[in-house]
Amino acid sequence: MNLTNLTKIALKALNNNKMRCFLTMLGIIIGVASVITMLAIGQGSKRSIRAQIAEMGSNMIMIHPGNMERGGVRQDASSMQTLKLNDYQDILDGTEYVSACSPSVSSSGQFIYGANNYPSTIYGVTEDYLEIRKFSIDEGSMFTPQDVLTSAKVCLVGQTIIDNLFPNGENPIGKVIRFNKIPLKIVGTLTPKGYNSMGMDQDDMVLAPYTTVQKRVLAITYLQGIFCSALTEELTPQAINEITQILRKNHKIKEGEDDDFEIRSQEEMSSMMSSTTDMMTILLACIAGISLLVGGIGIMNIMYVSVTERTREIGLRMSIGARGIDILAQFLIEAVLISVTGGIIGVLLGVGASMVVNLVFNWPVYIQAYSVILSFFVCTITGIFFGWYPARKAANLDPIEAIRYE
Amino acid sequence: MATKEIIRLENIRRNFIVGNETVHALRGVSFTINAGEFVTIMGTSGSGKSTLLNILGCLDTPTSGEYYLDGIPVRSMGKNERSVLRNRKIGFVFQSYNLLPKTTALENVELPLMYNSAISARERHELASRALDAVGLAERKNHKSNQMSGGQQQRVAIARALVNDPVIILADEATGNLDTRTSFEILVLFQELHDRGRTIIFVTHNPELSAYSSRNIVLRDGKIISDTPNDHPASALEMLKKLPVESD
Repeated sequence: MNLTNLTKIALKALNNNKMRCFLTMLGIIIGVASVITMLAIGQGSKRSIRAQIAEMGSNMIMIHPGNMERGGVRQDASSMQTLKLNDYQDILDGTEYVSACSPSVSSSGQFIYGANNYPSTIYGVTEDYLEIRKFSIDEGSMFTPQDVLTSAKVCLVGQTIIDNLFPNGENPIGKVIRFNKIPLKIVGTLTPKGYNSMGMDQDDMVLAPYTTVQKRVLAITYLQGIFCSALTEELTPQAINEITQILRKNHKIKEGEDDDFEIRSQEEMSSMMSSTTDMMTILLACIAGISLLVGGIGIMNIMYVSVTERTREIGLRMSIGARGIDILAQFLIEAVLISVTGGIIGVLLGVGASMVVNLVFNWPVYIQAYSVILSFFVCTITGIFFGWYPARKAANLDPIEAIRYE
Repeated sequence: MATKEIIRLENIRRNFIVGNETVHALRGVSFTINAGEFVTIMGTSGSGKSTLLNILGCLDTPTSGEYYLDGIPVRSMGKNERSVLRNRKIGFVFQSYNLLPKTTALENVELPLMYNSAISARERHELASRALDAVGLAERKNHKSNQMSGGQQQRVAIARALVNDPVIILADEATGNLDTRTSFEILVLFQELHDRGRTIIFVTHNPELSAYSSRNIVLRDGKIISDTPNDHPASALEMLKKLPVESD
């Protein structure tokens, strides 16, 4: 009838049974707190993986020649010579969703400076490569388009190379190192990036103009790969689509035939990684959700006992004028108050626990607003859902019998 | 004296079906009660007095016959309508008080008004306070129900029955749980209320109490066997004075 009065009545009733009330709430508190903590841990690890991938360039697209059969013999993909320079040019000129593009040829071998030598890989690329791989120059500068045109004998080196070739802390800029007897002048150094999530040392590399590597090192005319950047991570599928069109046209692949190249994107990897962590998050949330359900059943149980115990009170209320709906509302409000109060405490506890996890175990956590709102909402629903049956039972009591109930 | 008709029963019958048998709890009961009467309804157990009380209190409806409370026909009313009717027109006093535990006298008395949204919190407070004054518990408004004696609890229950200014007070063995002295104290209170113009129906199995009411109705086997006015009710107050004071 009057919600304020009914709430007062419900509060009074709860207040008369503080201990029981708290114990009932405990189920909800634990449920909500665990939902929030689990989701925070799940989201935290997902975010940290995404951040690592973004560090490697989350919009990166890698094009490699596909493996092919020649007269029934399967060929190694790296031996294919199908990717040509004009493919790179056409991608550069004919795409909308590709922001940067660089050809890639590489060769492994021994780098020598003075008395020191170190095995590593030289990558032949263009200036765009820095943007694609999210590398930056620490000291010195990138080689110029002119260097690319003239197959200049210049290079950039990563930190691992510097550490091994210049152990005495010499400044590597301007020094000439040798690779396969070819002298290369160091024009810049790369900012150290450390290991990536796959455990690969991202500083163990030398970058040089692709023309230099093609002509002076490998003596080839084809490309081993092409690296591109989509405008954004979300536009990666469109960019892949464009590139596929161009390459199929260039390679004269007929409708229905398989591609002779392979395009992989970081987005693919990132979504794979995300799906793994999503799975974990769902699993954790399910466990937490079950504990919320158990909490809800606890509410139902207590409300049910409470209705039986307070049969006379209900009879009295009815005889002095409470309607069925008033009684129903009173018990529903009691159930919702228990669950919502439990929910609030649970949210605070969950947030606190997430912070403790973050501080003590150093796990990345991220509390999403939606998880808080969701668990709060679920709580209220739980209260109504599990309070409904006992409340109905109370409302349907016959006042004549209820008032004389012993 | 006012002659306004508060209750009119017309050939009330109430049957219960127990298994294959039909039990006739009331077999045609008719009477009217005017404002300002203090009626005792008596009968042994099984006489149908509880059933009659339930019908008078709008907790139950008759199988046949018509019941008018303050001019309103009750038989055709739905459950919710009867709830509201009880809330506005009837005050109940039970044998076992039925106060809410761990709740103050004042809050207990306020309870009926909680279900009337037309009354504000302040009014409610004031009315409850006044009702407690009227039953002589002005000093104990904030005592919890479990800290009070039986007599005091019954006074709180009477205050609760008065608080909505009902047209009739229905007492069901209201002195049944109390010792003789306290019973008389409660009777004195009922007589005082009667003197102030309240209409009271007191249902009991105790024949002695008929001496203190203004009219006595006796039921047996679901029928009225006597309905006698009592023009000179005995004073419960005088009886109380005659009782030996307990020394402990």
